[in-house]
Amino acid sequence: MPWTRDDMTARAARELKDGFYVNLGIGIPTLVANHIPPGVQVTLQSENGMLGMGPYPFEGEEDPDLVNAGKMTISELDSSSYFNSAESFAMIRGGHIDLSVLGAMQVAANGDLANWMVPGKMVKGMGGAMDLVAGVKRVIVVMEHCEKSGRSKLVRECTLPLTGKGVVDLLITDLGVFEINRGRSSVRLVELAPGVTLEEVRARTEADFVTDLA
Amino acid sequence: MATKIQSDATSALAGLLFDGMTVMAGGFGLCGIPENLILAIRESGVKDLTVVSNNCGVDGFGLGLLLENGQIRKMISSYVGENELFERLYIEGRLEVEFTPQGTLAERIRAGGAGIPAFFTRTGVGTVVAEGKETREFDGETFLMERALKADLSIVKAWKGDAEGNLIYRKTARNFNPMMATAGRVCVAEVESLVPTGTLDKDMIHTPGVYVHRILKGPAYERRIERLTTRPRTEKASA
Repeated sequence: MPWTRDDMTARAARELKDGFYVNLGIGIPTLVANHIPPGVQVTLQSENGMLGMGPYPFEGEEDPDLVNAGKMTISELDSSSYFNSAESFAMIRGGHIDLSVLGAMQVAANGDLANWMVPGKMVKGMGGAMDLVAGVKRVIVVMEHCEKSGRSKLVRECTLPLTGKGVVDLLITDLGVFEINRGRSSVRLVELAPGVTLEEVRARTEADFVTDLA
Repeated sequence: MATKIQSDATSALAGLLFDGMTVMAGGFGLCGIPENLILAIRESGVKDLTVVSNNCGVDGFGLGLLLENGQIRKMISSYVGENELFERLYIEGRLEVEFTPQGTLAERIRAGGAGIPAFFTRTGVGTVVAEGKETREFDGETFLMERALKADLSIVKAWKGDAEGNLIYRKTARNFNPMMATAGRVCVAEVESLVPTGTLDKDMIHTPGVYVHRILKGPAYERRIERLTTRPRTEKASA
């Protein structure tokens, strides 16, 4: 059975290391916070201006002045700090954040990432994603392996406008885990979701990849 | 010295608005937006605005009101995902948008206020954001030149302020407000509390008064929450 969104984000959470400063993108990557392994302590950065993001507030304790990058109400921790947007992106661009987990529309074999618009159809804007992929030490993408139409989202070359060139380190889909290594080496399938076969992954993937898995 | 204190948002904007002007508006989503000044701009009917703001409010609130009223010609923003009208107007070619990565947007505004005409960043290299822009190599890596942003007027929202124009923001409502305060030819600040001079902790002031030309206490704040997320009280806390 392919991984659910919860499974994918739990797998992504295994990439967290104790002491990491981490930025989680809006949407599915937010769920990574629910799966932080025991014994691992990370500090979550929210690019709208907060370090040490806490969980959702208790009902009735929500504060309109305290939201995350997805505009969701959150809470603070004893360790939290607030700062302005320029400071926040100095932190990101300056290489002080260890890991970022983002969603995607397409990931290419050369490490390119597209996740902000479909020309003529849909535009959300890049938000902080272009800054994150340009500055954060390690970039993990979590996405469904295919579009609803069945078309592979792990592609030879992105056809959508890019968010960054050669920026993806690791890709986690519902079918498995791929080392992208920013395009510096061949895409390598390193894990299969339980019950998913190598043949199935080959059939549903546009990009070429290598693997030691049987 | 003439007082910076204004009685209301409309008089705070008196003489500052003109068609075709550039306005910077603080806030991230609906968090920390100058609600009362936006309403006063809507009532003024000023049009053909270029608005610099991370988002454009939502349908029916914040800058979304100016969009609905047809007052905005161009937006300089990073994210518009919450505003259906914005997306539709852009896709139909009825609204000009300069999509700018969020960190680049923040830094362009900071540079504008700090007298730095341009800077180099890795952000956006190899993407549409780089089109038509100068690139340069530093230490073997390619960087993109981004120009500073300034505005005819910046409108910001703070938590507390005093007659000098000193401002303190609260939690994540700070966001773009401090940089925008520095990058407007004129900056008008609205605050939840206007306190007697001398009562703000001088070590805790985020925006020193030099940047703020006019200040008013907003009569009311809706402080609308965009996405209410909570957890039940029985659940144990987890980050």
